[in-house]
Amino acid sequence: MNVLNEWAFIGLFALLAPVFPALPIAVAWIFRPRKPNVLKSSTYECGVETIGDTWVQFRVQYYIYGLIFLVFDVEMVFLFPWAVAYNDMSLFGFVAGFLFIFLLTDALFYAWNKKALEWV
Amino acid sequence: MEICTGLCALMVESGANSGLAQFMSLLIGVLLVSGVPLVTVIILIWVERKIAARIQDRIGPNRVGPWGLMQTFADMVKLILKEDITPTAADRVLYNASPLVSFASVVLLWAVIPFTPFHFGVDLEIAALFFVAVASFGTLSVMVAGWASNNKYALLGAFRVVALLVSYEVPLVFALLIPVMLAGSMSLVDIANAQSGMWFVVLSPLAFLIFYISSQAETGRAPFDLIEAESELVAGFNIEYSGMKFGMFFAAEFLHVFTNGILMALLFFGGWKGPFYYESPLIAFFWLGLKGSIIYLTTLWIRNTVPRLRIDQIMAFNWKFLVPLSIGNVVLISALLKVMQELQLSPRNFVGASVPEMLPTTIVLFLSNLAIIIYIMGMLRKRGEEMRVSSQQTRRAFVQASGSAAGD
Repeated sequence: MNVLNEWAFIGLFALLAPVFPALPIAVAWIFRPRKPNVLKSSTYECGVETIGDTWVQFRVQYYIYGLIFLVFDVEMVFLFPWAVAYNDMSLFGFVAGFLFIFLLTDALFYAWNKKALEWV
Repeated sequence: MEICTGLCALMVESGANSGLAQFMSLLIGVLLVSGVPLVTVIILIWVERKIAARIQDRIGPNRVGPWGLMQTFADMVKLILKEDITPTAADRVLYNASPLVSFASVVLLWAVIPFTPFHFGVDLEIAALFFVAVASFGTLSVMVAGWASNNKYALLGAFRVVALLVSYEVPLVFALLIPVMLAGSMSLVDIANAQSGMWFVVLSPLAFLIFYISSQAETGRAPFDLIEAESELVAGFNIEYSGMKFGMFFAAEFLHVFTNGILMALLFFGGWKGPFYYESPLIAFFWLGLKGSIIYLTTLWIRNTVPRLRIDQIMAFNWKFLVPLSIGNVVLISALLKVMQELQLSPRNFVGASVPEMLPTTIVLFLSNLAIIIYIMGMLRKRGEEMRVSSQQTRRAFVQASGSAAGD
């Protein structure tokens, strides 16, 4: 099977995949009762009415974790070709990969030192 | 896809348009492959409930059908007949889309899973990366569900997803690097084939353990079930969902855990390799299912026995322990293997390598990994003792302080 056909398969799969969960929800939409009232469709809270705005800004702590993750995730994408070529790699390419991992680790320890990994 | 190439040719012969024939064969392939997870999830729900019950010394579902086997269908009817409540404050589009995305992303994972060496949806060259990429759609759907519900509890769940699920992807992908490196390919078929001499779990048990722990976290299961922590967040991200929409989140989670089990069987346990697997595709499929199920059962066992961790503990465990460890493991394995290859002690290509050929590599890599595991276990034990002592001191100081206050 050629590459185009492979991705055609994935594309078709991706188009069809949401249909499987949509079907039971659609069936439920036909059969389920509809008796909404104001209290029922108000936001759930522990016995009282919900106070204040829910859509607030995330705390900066989550943002920092997100940022560190992004750095690692993007750099990891570069490591995969290195791993695939590992068996037929020259010593130069091998050492270059090591240097890259070293820089990555360095970034981690920098973040660690800056107390970015502490949960506050 | 062997069937479909045959089918495609057959349709063209009987006078069908070749483009249409190709589309039809693709469509049939998709339906065949996606049928597997859809049937599996119905059984999984029963298995999960039954085993959870047995571990907690209960009987579990046993009324509907023999051994309660029909319970899932009864539940399905119940979920269909439930009223569906959408809170007026919610963002309707995102609120309704996220259960679909959640389930669809897990079903989509099965497109690249090879059931036998020759029966698979598609053997992508970048299957391992595809797996990580599509699985993160699940993370996204949980986040969107929590945000769109416009509920305080759900939002807290969404906050925690950002921290937890996103963080554990880093060690997961680093552990995934090891089988990719050993097999020299990202295709799951190639990775399983490269394990004909020795399973990768023997070559690098550490990589398997890291992958196992972080995939348990990725699926949001105990001890990492902070996103739906019942005792604090009631239900977390899915609190506002009812009826079939809740059912989809529920089914997606169970299916995701099992899919991870199958993936681990392929990456670390030789996939479909077992006695007589080449005799028939059914036997190969049986071995893959068996290995995947055993891994899945151990995750259930962990889920039902360990208590939940605090978020600061979880984050510290990931960033200060798992991530450095997984990076160190990649460095160690790659350096050792390169040395072995230069000394002609290790085959350049593991595909078709026999057990004696693999023996020196196996011994060196396994012992190096074992040494690290023993060392870090000692380190963890020491750290645990320190923490226990310090918490005891805190408690004693607290008791003394409150005692003297009562005396006044």
